[in-house]
Amino acid sequence: MPLTALAEGESAQFRLDGELTIFHAAELKDVLLAALGEGGGPPLTIDLSGVDELDTAGVQLLLLAKREAARHGRALAYSGHSPAVISVLELLDLAGTLGDPVLIPNASR
Amino acid sequence: MDMDNARDALVQEARELLAAMEMALMQIEAEGASSEAINAIFRAAHTIKGSAGLFAFERIVSFTHVAESVLDKVRNGSLPLDTNLLSLLLECGDYIGELVDAIAARREEEEPDPVKRGRLEVSLNALLGVTAAAHPAVHAMGAAADTAQIEVDDGSAVSSDNWHLSLRFSPDVLRNGMDPLSFLRYLGTIGRIVHIVTLPDALPDARVMDPEACYLGFEVDFASDADRQTIEGVFEFVREDSEIRILPPHGKIAEYIGLIQSLAEPAGRLGEILVKGGALTPSELDNVLAQQAAEPVPAKPLGTLLVEQDKVPQAVVAAALTKQKQGEEKRTQEQKFIKVEVSKLDALIDLVGELVIAGAAANLVAHREKHARFEEATQSISSLVEQIRDAALTLRMVPIGEVFQRFPRVVRDISRELGKEIQLLVTGADTELDKSMVEKLSDPLMHIVRNAMDHGIESKEARVMAGKAVEGTLRLNAYHESGSIVIEVSDDGRGLDRDRILAKAIERGLVSAEQQLSDGEIYRLIFEPGFSTAEQVTNLSGRGVGMDVVKKNIESLRGEVEIVSRQGQGTTVRIRLPLTLAIIDGFQVMVGDSQFVIPLELVIECIDISSHDMRHNIVKLRGEPLPFVRLRELFDLPEAEHVRESLVVVQYGQQRAGLVVDKLLGEFQAVIKPLGLLFGEVKGISGSTILGDGRVALILDVPHLVQRTMRAKVAQLARSLS
Repeated sequence: MPLTALAEGESAQFRLDGELTIFHAAELKDVLLAALGEGGGPPLTIDLSGVDELDTAGVQLLLLAKREAARHGRALAYSGHSPAVISVLELLDLAGTLGDPVLIPNASR
Repeated sequence: MDMDNARDALVQEARELLAAMEMALMQIEAEGASSEAINAIFRAAHTIKGSAGLFAFERIVSFTHVAESVLDKVRNGSLPLDTNLLSLLLECGDYIGELVDAIAARREEEEPDPVKRGRLEVSLNALLGVTAAAHPAVHAMGAAADTAQIEVDDGSAVSSDNWHLSLRFSPDVLRNGMDPLSFLRYLGTIGRIVHIVTLPDALPDARVMDPEACYLGFEVDFASDADRQTIEGVFEFVREDSEIRILPPHGKIAEYIGLIQSLAEPAGRLGEILVKGGALTPSELDNVLAQQAAEPVPAKPLGTLLVEQDKVPQAVVAAALTKQKQGEEKRTQEQKFIKVEVSKLDALIDLVGELVIAGAAANLVAHREKHARFEEATQSISSLVEQIRDAALTLRMVPIGEVFQRFPRVVRDISRELGKEIQLLVTGADTELDKSMVEKLSDPLMHIVRNAMDHGIESKEARVMAGKAVEGTLRLNAYHESGSIVIEVSDDGRGLDRDRILAKAIERGLVSAEQQLSDGEIYRLIFEPGFSTAEQVTNLSGRGVGMDVVKKNIESLRGEVEIVSRQGQGTTVRIRLPLTLAIIDGFQVMVGDSQFVIPLELVIECIDISSHDMRHNIVKLRGEPLPFVRLRELFDLPEAEHVRESLVVVQYGQQRAGLVVDKLLGEFQAVIKPLGLLFGEVKGISGSTILGDGRVALILDVPHLVQRTMRAKVAQLARSLS
């Protein structure tokens, strides 16, 4: 579950790949929080297009990161939601809570 | 622990639980429903289902699940526990027992009796259907009763057509390999998720957040035609630790109040969610909040809330509390008992047996060496060995109540079948006997009890005619008597018909018409193979099989059956068994060069007989005639010169007899070794033992010898009279 730094500067860009599940949750929590840092910083974007599996633990981390970012006054956006991510966000009706524009391929609901 | 062991443990546990369940049901029938007994039944069913679930024994899980749902209704008071339901639950217990037997026989893939299962499930489901939400009309009636319980006078139902599910999973659910998402996805296959709110409120601060714990809660509005059971079934495997609340379509306002009260989130926020999802209309929410505000401050400890939840109609059981309680009960039991494999115990007793023999050998050496201190040391060792022996043997002892406990049910069922009123009185249930006997005793006892109920106790009309109480009495009693355990089955029925038995026996050619027989001997004829005097063959007994098998079974335990009967007043069948099958305190005697051992408990006294008048195998002892037998003659041993014979008086049951021997050697601990097949038919000997010096001594079969001398005495008397 690598979190890859794509670019640093005006906006920090990261990319998540593979499984966003309980099996990597502990590790992922640390890298996510590290990426957020303690204080403010440039807006942060995490690209989810490479995520092929997402479970409750993964969802919790996405929510947690979002909340932490807000607490530190830093902008965090998820982008490029993969089909796996979209299906979970739909199931839990979380797209609104996370507040990122989601490109839904076939509008279902 | 491999799978087979685990399977055996499951089977044993399930059988114990079923016995407990049956006992609780019988108790309810006798004494009326108590919440304790109902809980015991529920727990038994629940635990069986849980354990079976671990092994994926689907047949048990699915069947027990339905029964459990019914029990749940009984427990929360929405279904009265009447006689019909008791009978149904007893039958369900039986069927679960059959399923368990199937598992024990490694045949869990087959349904033991699909017809029976189908019938029971239909009955159970009918009971569930009565209060199922699918019938709003009936439901409203249930609502009236429920509202009385929580003292809210508004039983009105909400207008929503959807189920409302409130899901708070246990933090451990992810670690246990289950993902709430999969439950939600599964819900999608049995209905439609109309609205869902994911509650991240419980997500703690980033530093303390455990990434592997589950924090999310869900409020789901769900449209489905599935019944409650199916929906509950989705959460089957997480229900224990999680808070899963399921409110049916058109649920009552009161239920929503309960829901809001019991959840951690603020009432206002939950209310909004409920309105948004369409579970409540805004006006219904106002109603709920107003009523909630009118109730005492909801700042109650969790426990109270859980208890209250229990009261909330149709809300799913507060599993956590029950579970916690269960855990405590289990722990206290574990402290009292430890389960040991029988084979280990047997190995221990074998070893103790060897120790007894080796101890005897050491004693002998010490005695021969005439070494005072050595002898003293071996003495104290043998007294300890004796104690170890006794302690080891008591490990195998179990109360006979284990056998008795199945009879209340048997008596109940059979008396209904026969249309008789029969009460069962059990005494001495804590009398202990060897575990191996308990197992072999159960079938013979069952035969005797059935016989007593079928033939012994008369029909109601006949009892009234005879001036007896309409209700017949069957008594089970057990007690210890001179080294034996005695088990009695008595009835207050018509008694055995002496003349009819005799006539039948003569007709069958078992005895000749000229034979003079005592009452006892005549009664004993009913143990002959193929003997039955029943005029009507019922499906319980009367086929003439049974009593001979009873006798054979009891004799294989070195025991004896005896019948006492008084016409018109009743019959008692008395079974006498030795306390143990393994080691006895023996009394060693000698005839010529042969050594014999008599079980010490049966020895009354030893007498020098040189001064007594002994004729016709009868000796006059303190004015009383005592029949005796010379072991020398019995076993055809060579004559010896100049021996001073002694008489050992033995008693078995109520009868005494004398055994004439050459020499008395004294007490001896004997480990009984069974005789080989070759000697199986030898009368008068019940086993062998190894002496300290390695020689073999034979153990005398005292019951047989006593009977033999008694018969000889009767024959003698008959001769002297004629």
